[in-house]
Amino acid sequence: MEMIAILGSQGLWEAVLRIATPLIFGTLGALLCERAGVLNLGIEGIMAFGALIGWLAVFNGTGLWTGLLVAALSGAVFGLLHAVLTVPLGLSQHVTGLGITLFASSLAYFIFRLSVPLAASPPTVRPFQPVELGLIGDIPFLGPVLSSQTAPTYLAFAIALVLMYVLFRTPLGLAIRMTGENPHAAEAQGVNPVRVRFACIMVGSAMMAMGGAFLTLSAFNSFFPTMIQGRGWVCIALVVFASWRPGWALTGALLFALVDAYQLRLQSVLEDSIPYQLFLMAPYIAAIAVLAVTARRARVPQALMKPYRRGER
Amino acid sequence: MTTRTNGTGFSRRGILLGATAILLGTSLLAPAQADQPLRVVGIHASPVENAWNSRLHEALTEAAAEGVIEYSFSEGISSTDYPRVMREFAEQGVDLIVGEAYAVERDARAVADDFPDVAFLMGSSGQPHGDNFGTFGTWNHDGAYLAGMLAGEMTESNIVGSVGAVPIPEVNLLINAFEAGVLETNPDARHLVTFIGTFFDPPQAREAALAQIDSGADILFGERIGTADAAEQRGVPAVGSLIDYSDRYPNTVFANAVWVFRAKLDAAIADVRAGNPTGRDYTEFSLLAQGGSDISFVEDMIPAEALERMLARRDEIISGAFEVPVNLDEPG
Repeated sequence: MEMIAILGSQGLWEAVLRIATPLIFGTLGALLCERAGVLNLGIEGIMAFGALIGWLAVFNGTGLWTGLLVAALSGAVFGLLHAVLTVPLGLSQHVTGLGITLFASSLAYFIFRLSVPLAASPPTVRPFQPVELGLIGDIPFLGPVLSSQTAPTYLAFAIALVLMYVLFRTPLGLAIRMTGENPHAAEAQGVNPVRVRFACIMVGSAMMAMGGAFLTLSAFNSFFPTMIQGRGWVCIALVVFASWRPGWALTGALLFALVDAYQLRLQSVLEDSIPYQLFLMAPYIAAIAVLAVTARRARVPQALMKPYRRGER
Repeated sequence: MTTRTNGTGFSRRGILLGATAILLGTSLLAPAQADQPLRVVGIHASPVENAWNSRLHEALTEAAAEGVIEYSFSEGISSTDYPRVMREFAEQGVDLIVGEAYAVERDARAVADDFPDVAFLMGSSGQPHGDNFGTFGTWNHDGAYLAGMLAGEMTESNIVGSVGAVPIPEVNLLINAFEAGVLETNPDARHLVTFIGTFFDPPQAREAALAQIDSGADILFGERIGTADAAEQRGVPAVGSLIDYSDRYPNTVFANAVWVFRAKLDAAIADVRAGNPTGRDYTEFSLLAQGGSDISFVEDMIPAEALERMLARRDEIISGAFEVPVNLDEPG
């Protein structure tokens, strides 16, 4: 059974980690925003802008890590915009987020057009290369899978661990979660919910932008204005799947990537018997199916999408 | 034979300024005189970096540089906006509108009905319409067939792979022609086909290509950009489509099914100038025999006998002795 053999193949698991990386960044970013009580639908546009600006920085001669940092900073700026509109002004988080997606992706296109010469195919940069892992690379199966990955993939996993620790093991994490559950109570405890929300949205948006930059600095080496292709929306769904827990967000992103990598391989194996559209649907069907099961016991931050107004009940 | 192009010598700012000037000028000018350049507008649904649009854009800028036409363009036009943009340019009284009707077949024809004095040359899966709505297909399958012949002889694992966007007729045509070429020189070869379900996702095309290499494919046909990146990473030769990718992926891309838009453009310009109706099918000008497509290749990456057989076949296609099968059905 070739279908089962694929599941044990090294190539599949290499692909899973690659496909999952931008989703991990994006999902963790969205999760952090929502834990503080703000939905950030700007994600799709922020990823596009991060993809552009990170790539553009490298194209203009900066290092790859600087490019990633520039992307993160740009994400934080869009986060700041989202925060100003949704936190002190208390505007609809849905509308603001979608507006930011439209704004950021159009701005990315505009900057791309102004700063890169027209060509038949867009110019390239030298992307992140797989990391040499020394002894770890010698471990059978796991070693080659891990050493085929680039550094930002490890960064994504590291961020997941840090976020898990911060959210559940530190006073800061408690303040964030409290702000998402009940900002009035948080305020009564001396936490400034406005400040917490600003910080979380900015840091979360920075992570989203890094997810976008991964696409142009590691998964591929050029920028296309339309290349995010709904990955941001997948992240929003993964946050619900994860029930707002970083560990599950990581798992969800890996699961989604697994189904995606698997369907790409099944298409070649089963090409005659099953229409390819079913394979393409598979990751999304899996996501919906899992959501249907998990959403029941998902613990939504109680103040999610509710603007905080001081003194208001 | 190798169709290669450099920059057009046009700066972007120059084009934009030119476009603005044309836009301002068109409302004042009378219809084109025979000796004046034709006023042509390109309406691109995608950014002009998209391989397909880049072919149109390049031919149009080239013609503008030669003084044959005045060219301005609009890009990244979504389907919902497309008919409006057509209408806007038509109202300005341009002579010829070049674009793509794939997502707006019916609406685009309705616009053409409203502007009988404007000629349209549109990429389309449908038929020409009225006197002024001409269509063309992206039939660069001759080159794909020839590249397939090379791939069939060069594969060692007897498995080749194709990564496509979405199985629309023109994509199917290309992948089927590649397969037919492979099978001509290597009847035992297996052909893997993967669709990524979208037109603009290079990282996903790369993943699909890596999956095919994992399944044993040792030559890849990249209908989509991103495929050759996987090939390059794994040291596998690849074939490109529409444009010549050999410079972008040296030592990886050994052949390209190049598509040339100029022949179609020139035919339409000639019709407009002569006052002939342009509501006809210009697809024939996509064929190799008409100079509308070709194979470009990197000679030292290809075994000499394979190259010889391929070139002989190419001559037969040009002379009409051989016709590459046209199969628009979904592969597999």
